[in-house]
Amino acid sequence: MGNRSVTAEDDKLKFVGHLRRALSPTGNAGDAVFRGLVFFAALLILLIVGGMIFALASKSMLSMREFGFGFLTSREWNPVKGEFGALPFIYGTVVSSLIALLISVPLSLGIAIFLVEQAPRNLARPITFLVELLAAIPSVVYGLWGIFVLAPFLRVHVEPPLARWFGWLPLFQGSITGIGLLTGGIILAIMVTPIISAVVRDVLSAVPNSQREAALALGATKWETTRVVLVNGAPGIAGAVILGLGRALGETMAVTMVIGNRAQISASLFEPSYTIASAIANEFTEATQDLYLSSLVELGLILFFVTFVVNGVARVLVWNVTRKTGTV
Amino acid sequence: MMIALTRADRSRRVTSGVMTTLTALCTLFAVGILLLILSYIAWQGIGSVSLRFLLDSPRPVGEGGGIGNAIVGSVVLLLLSSAFGMPLGIAIGVFLSEFGAGRFASLVRFVVDTLTGIPSIVTGVFVYAIIVVPLKHFSALAGGVALAIILIPIVARTTEEMIKLVPQSLREGALALGAPQWRVTLGVVIPAAASGIATGAMLAVARVSGETAPLLFTAFGSRFFSYQLDQPIASLTVQIYNYAISPYDEWHAQAWAATLVLMTIILGINMTVRFFTRRKF
Repeated sequence: MGNRSVTAEDDKLKFVGHLRRALSPTGNAGDAVFRGLVFFAALLILLIVGGMIFALASKSMLSMREFGFGFLTSREWNPVKGEFGALPFIYGTVVSSLIALLISVPLSLGIAIFLVEQAPRNLARPITFLVELLAAIPSVVYGLWGIFVLAPFLRVHVEPPLARWFGWLPLFQGSITGIGLLTGGIILAIMVTPIISAVVRDVLSAVPNSQREAALALGATKWETTRVVLVNGAPGIAGAVILGLGRALGETMAVTMVIGNRAQISASLFEPSYTIASAIANEFTEATQDLYLSSLVELGLILFFVTFVVNGVARVLVWNVTRKTGTV
Repeated sequence: MMIALTRADRSRRVTSGVMTTLTALCTLFAVGILLLILSYIAWQGIGSVSLRFLLDSPRPVGEGGGIGNAIVGSVVLLLLSSAFGMPLGIAIGVFLSEFGAGRFASLVRFVVDTLTGIPSIVTGVFVYAIIVVPLKHFSALAGGVALAIILIPIVARTTEEMIKLVPQSLREGALALGAPQWRVTLGVVIPAAASGIATGAMLAVARVSGETAPLLFTAFGSRFFSYQLDQPIASLTVQIYNYAISPYDEWHAQAWAATLVLMTIILGINMTVRFFTRRKF
């Protein structure tokens, strides 16, 4: 009897020991608890993202069943008739983001090259801080500035000359209001420039100095050396651009405030348009029918997956460059 | 032969000079835009900022009114999101730095990284589905959770980076003295990285304080002072948005003034962080 109780006690101790060892190689109880807590926190973040996918998918089920893949290709967005198609929003999102990249990629490359390759260090530091401050300005503040400063400026000083010189292109036809795709794209360009330039800066800094020294030793000029550096950092730069694209695709407030919010597909960049993010921001609280709300959530699901993939690709590209050269 | 070479040389030098100038112009342009925006905010906003404006709640057009309730609301939302997000973010940062090897950790790192890139409006939709729908109305709580989800990955990654900077010798020293790992991490490593973690946390708060999109259909907004967590609550950013798209000049002026207040807070945090981190280098 006594013997048996001792073995039971032993088993219990053995079990606790096993558990401790499983949780912590040192077998310390505090370690096991600590490890458990930190692992739980990490698990929680996976659950949040998993929950996000699940919640978005289940709430958009109604719209998926109703429209199927036709949701992606239909141009009709008419809440009154109960017809919902995402094409105008996809078009607006893609075109405004492309305009943004067209402007911000050369600009960000220039900034990053200047700060890493050309500017003296004591000048580069404060300027880097200033450029990064552009990223600290909230989206809604860009929107406010866009409505009252940028849009009137474009209407008076930029769009009329564009229409005069390039009016033969369908891109620059139509009424000039200052509110539309072009304004949305330009405000996005200002917003993603600090992001792209920051990553390109990291990528360029990660290129080993031996590359620069080799080029200079061969008699290359400053610019020719820079080109060697750019070639070395090319995949990372591509990653930076894709990262900027991800940000532009999902940017909401500033675009909502200047793009005009009309669900239409027009070749003209002067015409009002609509993006996925701004449709959700604008119409979510107005959506009273279930199907309407479900369609908006499906827009959110599309945005989630697109930005998830885009960011994933960008991270891999940037990691490869900064890590590979970082260890050499 | 010689002449041809020098000519080629000259053109190479000219190209180099032109490109250097161009990159400098790009930088000048970006900094110019920044200064343009900031000075315009100051110029437009300064006229409407007064003590009354900072303390009063909104009133109908023509009667003045202020942003007192929005400031209180923003503070409540930031406190809520910090209470949820900071411990979790720091714990994930500790996980990534101290137990960061292996497949599970790589997955966590990848998910944290991509979470930073998920548009904040999508976070808003998610929180609407999991909190607003079950509770049947907009609430400060929902707004706080939405902001926390944005805060977590930022805090996690800066915590990880900061903890990695702590020299390995410190850990080894503590372990050699017989301390278990949890005491090494909590008592030695985290205190050594504390100022860096605090810096990251402050920057994360600055970033989150400018968020608007995730609050539109979670915290929603309110025209009154409110401290109740289960009721809609005002915030500076949503107030700026609502006033900016309104048709009234008076509200536009108030939007600029509120923006001046918001930018003062955000730039204040950024400058402070800058000031404290500068000494280390």
